[in-house]
Amino acid sequence: MFTEAIEKILADLCTPTRVRAVEEGGDATLLWNALQDSGFLELLTPEAQDGAGLTLESLLPIFTAFGRYALPVPAAQSIAARALLRDCPTGMLTLAGSAWRQADGSLCAPQVAFGLLADFALVNLQGELLLLDCHLARRQSMGVHGSQCATLFWPAESVGKAIGNNGEEVRVFHAAIHAATIAGAMERVLDMTLEYCNDRVQFGKAIGKFQAVQHQLSVMAEQVAASRIAAELAFSAALQVPQLLPAAIAKARTSMAVPQVSAIAHALFGAIGITEELDLQLFTRRLHEWRISEGSESYWNGIVGQAFLDQPGTCASHFVRHVALTQPA
Amino acid sequence: MSSLLDAFRLTGLPAHAEAFRAEVKAFLAEHLPQVPVDVRARSWTGFDADFSRQLAQRGWVGLTLPAAYGGAGLDAFSRFVLVEELLSAGAPVAAHWIADRQSGPLILKFGSDAQKDFYLPRICAGKAFFCIGMSEPNSGSDLASVRSRATRCPEGWRLSGRKIWTTNAHHADYMIALVRTSGSPEDRQSGLSQFIIDLKQPGISVRPIVDLAGDAHFSEVAFDDVLLGEDALVGEEGSGWKQVNAELAFERSGPERFYSSVVLLDLWAECLRRNGATAQETALLGSFLTQLTCLRNLSLALTALLAKGESPVVEAALVKDIGTEFEQAIPTAIAAAISAHPDKPVDEALYRTVAYLNQVAPTFSLRGGTREILRGMIARGLGLR
Repeated sequence: MFTEAIEKILADLCTPTRVRAVEEGGDATLLWNALQDSGFLELLTPEAQDGAGLTLESLLPIFTAFGRYALPVPAAQSIAARALLRDCPTGMLTLAGSAWRQADGSLCAPQVAFGLLADFALVNLQGELLLLDCHLARRQSMGVHGSQCATLFWPAESVGKAIGNNGEEVRVFHAAIHAATIAGAMERVLDMTLEYCNDRVQFGKAIGKFQAVQHQLSVMAEQVAASRIAAELAFSAALQVPQLLPAAIAKARTSMAVPQVSAIAHALFGAIGITEELDLQLFTRRLHEWRISEGSESYWNGIVGQAFLDQPGTCASHFVRHVALTQPA
Repeated sequence: MSSLLDAFRLTGLPAHAEAFRAEVKAFLAEHLPQVPVDVRARSWTGFDADFSRQLAQRGWVGLTLPAAYGGAGLDAFSRFVLVEELLSAGAPVAAHWIADRQSGPLILKFGSDAQKDFYLPRICAGKAFFCIGMSEPNSGSDLASVRSRATRCPEGWRLSGRKIWTTNAHHADYMIALVRTSGSPEDRQSGLSQFIIDLKQPGISVRPIVDLAGDAHFSEVAFDDVLLGEDALVGEEGSGWKQVNAELAFERSGPERFYSSVVLLDLWAECLRRNGATAQETALLGSFLTQLTCLRNLSLALTALLAKGESPVVEAALVKDIGTEFEQAIPTAIAAAISAHPDKPVDEALYRTVAYLNQVAPTFSLRGGTREILRGMIARGLGLR
């Protein structure tokens, strides 16, 4: 029921026009307030504290919908923050899975998703959890067209004490969020590409009738299917925070699919596909950004591979079963 | 969202199937033939009649067939577990493989009572090994163009023609062949029927074909005016195409479509544990496990549908296509990895296993429906015409 309600808000307010406007620095308040006022930021907050008390399983369709609509505000991050920190401040809250101290004592969080927009950031400082006010930070845009990603620098005196030692959970949860939004954006890209190939006529027939085109679309569908089920793995437990290996596999597999899915979509759309005018770019730009946010497949596959190497005598079949469900859904 | 992808929902194995796994592991610990790893890498093309009969004595050939016929009466989930454990161990399963996966279920579904009573107990006892006669010298991916023909005669049917690339025909007792019974190749899918053929009867010659790795796992079979009784026809005359299609979801969705290189994967991981791994090697290993996890979950989603009696044929094509791409990628990448340091020694068994798999890996996306055919099916499933 939450999913339908959120879909309605997204369909009404998160239109491609508004996504473009927010990307250009326009006001995101209307969209944000609609999500906040409907209580959707409190999905993980316990019912005793007036939240919805949901677990990960219920979040997946919501986060994939955020990807399907290219939501330009950190709603998924703010929802996740409620599971990492009980008392979250009001405002846009984003996640920063890595950070370090500079020589002068200042704190640097690199390439923070929604870093240009967020009011607060929940930061993983080498395992420590920090809640930092983004208005006290110097925000250095990554300079990527249309991106709200920024590196944030907090002066030493503005960095308070750690509020927990579950900092790594920030990175893991954020990776899982990206896996879900990648899967959602890919669904949208596949649908757009299928529709286009059925409509676009060349050589007297729809290009979707050409075998070379059909086979590319089949490959794309395979990658989307694998990405969807990968994302589902990260959100399959009745927990509030994703577990390391399922999240690692989800982020790695969805990230691995990004180059191929994006390349096939653009190849089939042709020149119109790389125009500002066509909505495709709203999704493929994000796919590339999410792939390398909070660690690409190279990082997460390394985590998975090391976990396997650390279990002497374990075979691949046993290992992959260990991260799977044991009961039917 | 394209509805084709809706079938793929994360599903776990039910408790009874996981409990069954312990029995399978115990059996393998006792009965798995002690052979070199590159022989185990032959996976489901490894032929060992004795091993298959031991498995049959345990009740696990014809695993899903009803107990009345000697089967284990277990469900698709249990079969998933059995296959997963057998392939992961590199057990030689070729002898009974086709009878267990396809011929037995086909006879159960379309066969007469007499056929069921005769063949199914023999399959379950490991005394009837089957092969499937599909391709012909001039009919490969274009299967509907088969020319082998069975013609009515007073005693039943007379069959002439030729089948090729038939897996294990030279070891099998019976073939279930798709042949033309009416019309001409231009009539395509109509006029085709399936027959059970005793390969020991007169008029049949079987010639094994040696492959590029020195193995002979497939054959050419010639039929020269072979007399078949009335009882050789399976199901309805003229329904052969439909009946063949009913098997496809079973044939294409299982773990055998992504486990073909898993023995190599485990061997390489052992070498890395022993000798140490670079960051690049660890990430490559991880990428295989990441993909394997997802493929297994895609396959399990379809197993759940099979267990409910559904036949997700197009979805199975999708799993097979992406699964075989994965199992082909493993020897490609490991070959590059083990020779990235020419000044270091390479484990010889690993070297042989990589070499073997790189030689035969092209078959992974040929057997059971080529990549090109499958991608055409998927495209139609996506709504392209």
